[in-house]
This record gives sequence, structure tokens and C-alpha cells, in this order.
Amino acid sequence: MTTKTKSSAKPKLDFTSGWGYAPAPESSEHIKLEKRYGHFINGQFVKPSGGKYFPTINPSTEKQISEVALGDARDIDKAVKAARSAYEKVWKKMPGSERGKYLYRVARIIQERARELSVIESMDGGKSIRESRDIDIPLAAAHFFYYAGWADKLEYAFPNRKVEPVGVAGQIIPWNFPLLMAAWKIAPALACGNTVVLKPAETTPLTAMKLAEIFRDAGLPPGVVNIVNGDGRAGAALVNHPGIDKVAFTGSTDVGKIIQKAIAGTKKKATLELGGKAANIIFEDAAIDQAVEGIINGIFFNQGHVCCAGSRLFVQESVADLVIRKLKDRMQTLIVGDPMDKNTDIGAINSKEQLEKINDYLKIGVEEGAEMWQSGCAIPKNGYYCRPTIFLHVSQSHRIVQEEIFGPVLAIQTFRTVDEVIEKANNTPFGLSAGVWTDKGSKIFNLTNKLRAGVIWANTYNKFDPTSPFGGYKESGFGREGGLHGLMPYVNLK
Amino acid sequence: MKSSLIDQVGVEERVARFNTRSIKKQSKVEGLKIAISMIDLTTLEGKDTEGKVRQLCYKAQHLHVDMPGVPTAAAVCVYPTFVKLAKKELGNSGVKVASVATAFPSGQSTLAVKIADTKFAVESGADEVDMVISRGEFLSGNYNFVFDEISEIKAACGPARLKVILETGELATLDNVRRASEIAMRAGADFIKTSTGKIQPAATQPVTLVMLEAIRDYYYETGIMIGMKPAGGISTAKVALQYLVMVRETLGNAWLNNHWFRFGASSLANDILMQLAKESSGVYQGGDYFSKD
Repeated sequence: MTTKTKSSAKPKLDFTSGWGYAPAPESSEHIKLEKRYGHFINGQFVKPSGGKYFPTINPSTEKQISEVALGDARDIDKAVKAARSAYEKVWKKMPGSERGKYLYRVARIIQERARELSVIESMDGGKSIRESRDIDIPLAAAHFFYYAGWADKLEYAFPNRKVEPVGVAGQIIPWNFPLLMAAWKIAPALACGNTVVLKPAETTPLTAMKLAEIFRDAGLPPGVVNIVNGDGRAGAALVNHPGIDKVAFTGSTDVGKIIQKAIAGTKKKATLELGGKAANIIFEDAAIDQAVEGIINGIFFNQGHVCCAGSRLFVQESVADLVIRKLKDRMQTLIVGDPMDKNTDIGAINSKEQLEKINDYLKIGVEEGAEMWQSGCAIPKNGYYCRPTIFLHVSQSHRIVQEEIFGPVLAIQTFRTVDEVIEKANNTPFGLSAGVWTDKGSKIFNLTNKLRAGVIWANTYNKFDPTSPFGGYKESGFGREGGLHGLMPYVNLK
Repeated sequence: MKSSLIDQVGVEERVARFNTRSIKKQSKVEGLKIAISMIDLTTLEGKDTEGKVRQLCYKAQHLHVDMPGVPTAAAVCVYPTFVKLAKKELGNSGVKVASVATAFPSGQSTLAVKIADTKFAVESGADEVDMVISRGEFLSGNYNFVFDEISEIKAACGPARLKVILETGELATLDNVRRASEIAMRAGADFIKTSTGKIQPAATQPVTLVMLEAIRDYYYETGIMIGMKPAGGISTAKVALQYLVMVRETLGNAWLNNHWFRFGASSLANDILMQLAKESSGVYQGGDYFSKD
């Protein structure tokens, strides 16, 4: 009996036929959503001054889930006044230990309502339920827990200094991690004694409205957090309002530049967390299979809608063929589809607009002469989906290498020496994050010292923790969120 | 020989990810049937008797008489002295006879004894031989010794398929597991197998994943398929399905059958049967409705 099979063609693995996984959808029957949402101002849900609403869409079905208020300058003004009043009369005078109690309470309610929040996050934003359940929502709770702990220990965070809050913070958050970004911004602001006006992203407002319910249920004093829905006009009104003391923005570099111009010459402090085009660097002495996993996690996490995504892959030439072969096989096992299915790895692209932008970049990549390869997975007929994509034979001068795509699209380059890869990795206007894969500790320290990026992961990627500061170099922004550093933008030190 | 590096933290993360796969309904039933057909029903005790082996052989062919469509076990795994009996009992049922050999489980003997042990098992009718590597020689860096020993045993196997037990519980690191896998495959193993079942920990998911990746890389390089057998400690249907997920997403569907993948287990079969019964009737039956041997 012969027990070995030999074939003349290049051996190929089969990931499509045979035993597969039946659909395992998470139920959304327990979710209660209003037909329309206004703003949350001074502890109340209120109608918009202009009376206008816009729909919020489920990107996996293209159907309307609810509609939310289109806020304008009048709504912003009410919210800022409510925040100012709460700041002066209640929040800044409250002892830190008392502020901490509210934050702990919010954290616990987020945990209690985790299932509901993760389902809504996946419905409204398109991300897989596995990610919203295992990453977004637990991390959001963790941020409130972490900063709750600092609220009565600020004098230890800044020894021998007198710590004062800044005042009213205007915070604008993006659509890629809606609840988590709200937590990143609100938790440290409140812990330090500031009050907040938050504007959620227009495509993903629903978990912010649920968070407003949580603030109300937690008994947070009215006006401490105010949430105004709307588009960029509401955001602009917030940034330009004379009543705010600080702007915190996470989003695109273009908008970041507009904000910086708008607040120039004012008293307003700012932190900006902007775009990225991170280098993920694989050396020949890396644990290759685990590095391939890191490439997958780096670029396909959250459909690639991640500012710190590892969207530029650098592979040392001696292992490039092997890494690309393994990467392609691994990509064949990725399941793209219904965000509510527990087996889905990659959900829906957040909006039609974003899908069109990604598709434009795919066209640009092909026109520039790069070789495009996509996994052969099936994708649903309805909804906004994009197959996981890699581009081979690209160079530094390609647009798909230089510009942030914010989708599941990876540009792969090879390199020969350490100096070469450091030069190429730093040759970008961005500088948010980077990844280094090698079994050699000395190489890791060399690289982390020379790469110009705010966050550098070694032998892992896309790891987040409330105790760890996060933020960029160069056009990826300034200021840090998370950790002890995350307190600094929200305090004045004497 | 240059061996691939393994990062343990990364391996454990990957395993955790496999375990989030939700296997429900039809795919659960199909998966359980595939898993049960991969079982090497095993008895390897000093107190084994002909009576015990006979019972096990009957069980292997008739896992659950009340349940139509349940496959037989893949093989019965016994000591060499019981091979002749097992062969007779199993007849032409298609269930294979596997025999441990080479001074199982420690492997502490001379090459001549190990070859004689192997030849005795094969001449008695064993379809498959499960050998152990010399872990002491491996850990002291005598990789050539380990390689040569496996080749000698392979030669002594003749037509029988050779499973090489690495005894990963004694190899200490995943880098060692990877290196031992590569040595075994290059020296002629038809299967690589985690454990004897006599040492703790026996089969684990991280160890199995590293071995599956070694098999895949050997296939990339040579086009030759090698089988995989985790053994010891896999006792529930849920964990068995998690192993199948790991095989499916690492090696693909060509390996998802009992020619290329086996479970070395004794109590796993009944837990799978209990789950299958639950899927068809909607309720769990008591343990006594499933025969022990």
C-alpha cells in the first residue's frame, strides 16, 4: 500500500470543499431601538433645534435602522452651555472619589449591557460580532474602570503639582470604533473633572445614544456629558464655539488640519489622533506562522478600518515567497459576510461612501501596475463588502503605499537590510504605529528606537489596553490617549 | 538542519481564535461523525487481557447499535502481544490494527530490541506501528541518532504505516516540537503523533497546531502528505470539534478523514455518541446508555 501522494504541480491546499460551518447568527430580537433619536443635552433626550433628522443605515443590509438628529450650531450652543453650567456648579467642585464612583458605575452598566451594546455596534457599523463582543465593548468598559481609578489619585499622577481640570471639552469621534472611542475620550475627561460635549460619527450614532441612556441610568449629574448628533457642520460648530476649552478629535488628517487652523490663536488646547499608514516588518528570523497571523490581524481587523492598521507590509526578501504563500492560504480561510454571524471574520464596510473610496484605490493600484490578489471567498449580494486584498510588486512611490485606504487592502514590499527597511518604513507623512517581527531581541530594540511612530508592537499587532498610551508622530497627530499620559490633555498643572 | 521558529504566545492566540468558531446544527452532526470515524480506540495497560482486547474490538466495529449511520472507529491500538487477536477479531471490518512498539512508552532500549519489537508487531498483522522517539537523545541534541532510529524502524515496518510519537510532554518547548516533527517526517514517518498518553500533558491544541503547521510546510516543500494524531487527554466532543476546526483551517479538507487524521482516545467516542443522540432526540441520555468497552 502506498501511503504517500506525490503530485507534479505545486502542492495546493483545499479550503473550500468538504466540511464547513453552518450559519451561527447572534440574535437581535432583544434589541430595543427608538425610531428616531435627538440629542442628549443636560441629562435629557431633546429634539434638534432645526427639526431635521437623517437615517442611520445597517451597512450589511443597506436598510435603515433608525434616524438621528441633524444637529446645528444652536444645538451645539445649548450643549456647551449645559456643560459649562454643570462644570461650574457641580463637577469641578466634586471630590475625585465621588467622580470616580460615577465612572465605576458607568463601567459596570456597560458590562451588564455588553451583549446589547455589541449587537447594536455590529448592526450600525458593520463590524463582526466577534470583534464587537470580544474587543470593542470589553475595552470600552475597561477604559471607564481604568480612569475611574485615577479620579481620586490625580495628585499622585502629577506629584508636587496642583491639578486642575481644563473646563469644557469638545470631543469628536470616528465611526470605526464608535463606543470605544467615546470611552477613550469621555472617561479621562470626566476623571479629571472636565465636562464634555461629544459629537458621534454620522454613520454610527446608536451606541452613543445607548451610552447616553447609561449616563442617565447611572445618575450622572445633568450636563456633565452632552451628546449632539450630526455631520461635519455640527463638528465645526463645536470646534469653533468660544465656550469650549479643549478639542479632542479622532479622524482623518485632512479634518485634523482644518481643526488646527480653526483653533489657532485661541485658548483651546487640542489633541488630534489622525490617519496612519503603518509599516509591519517581517524579518527572516521571525516565527513565520505567527507573523502571518500578525499580518492578518494587522490589516483585516475591523475590515481594515483602523488608523493604526498595518497597511504596509515589509518582508525580508529571503522569506518573501514563503510568507506570501502562507498569507494567501491563510486569507482563503477568512470568512467575509454577515457581521452578526459568530463565525464571520470580516464584516461589512462601514458605509457606501467608504466602499467606493476603497474600490477607487483598488483601481488605482491596478492602474499603477501593482499585482492585485484577493481571496476567493463568497460575499453577500446585498450590503457593502470588500474581499480581503493584497497588492504585490508595489514600491514606495505608489499611491496605494503612500495614502491611507482605511480598508482591507495590504500593500506588500520586500527589503534586504535593516537600514533599508527603517528608511522605507519612516518614509511616510504618517507615524502612528508599526510592527516588528523577529525572534531576536536586540533587533527589536534597534527598530523601536529608530522607527518614527507613536506605538510599536513587537511580535504582535493591534493590541490595546487602557493602561497603555496611544498616539501619533508627524501627520498622525499629537497628544496621547490611554494610560497616565491620557490624563495630561485634561488637566492644567500648577 | 534549520528549523522554523515558533512563538508560543502567538500560537496560543491562534488556538483561542479557532475555539471561537461556532459549530452548530448540521455542521455539528457532520463534524461529530467525522471525528468519531477518526478515533483509534486504545488500551495500553499492564493489566490488559485477551478479554479486554476482544471487547474493545467489538466496540470499535459497533460503536452504537441503536444509531444508524454511525461509522466504525478508525483503528484499535494495542500492545504487540495482542495484535494477532485483534486482527482476528476485527476481520475484514475495515477497522485497522495499530500496535505500539519500540519499547513503548519510554523507548529506553537498544535499537535491536526496538526493531525486533516492530517486526513482531508487523508479522502479527499490525496495519500501523506507533513508535516512540528517544527523547533523551533528542534533548541532548543527538538529532542524527533520533533520525537514524526512525529510519531503521520505518524499514522494519515494511508495508505498515508508521506513526512517530514525539511525546511532546517531555520536549518542553514548542520549538522542540517543531524540530522533532521535521526530523520525524524527513526520516520516514507516515504520521506524527503527540503523546503516549502516559505523560502529562498529553495532546494539547498549541502542540497540535505546531505539528499541523510542520506538516503543511513539509507538504509545501515536497508535495507529500503526512498524517497527524493527537493522543491523550481529548475526551469531549466539543474539544474534538475544535481540533477539526484547526485541521480544516491549517491543512484544509484533504486531511479531514481518518487516512490523514486520528484521535488517540478511549473515552471520546462515548461523549461524541451522547452528543449525536442529543442532536437527533433533543435530550441528553444517561451515560449508561453507552457501552464502556
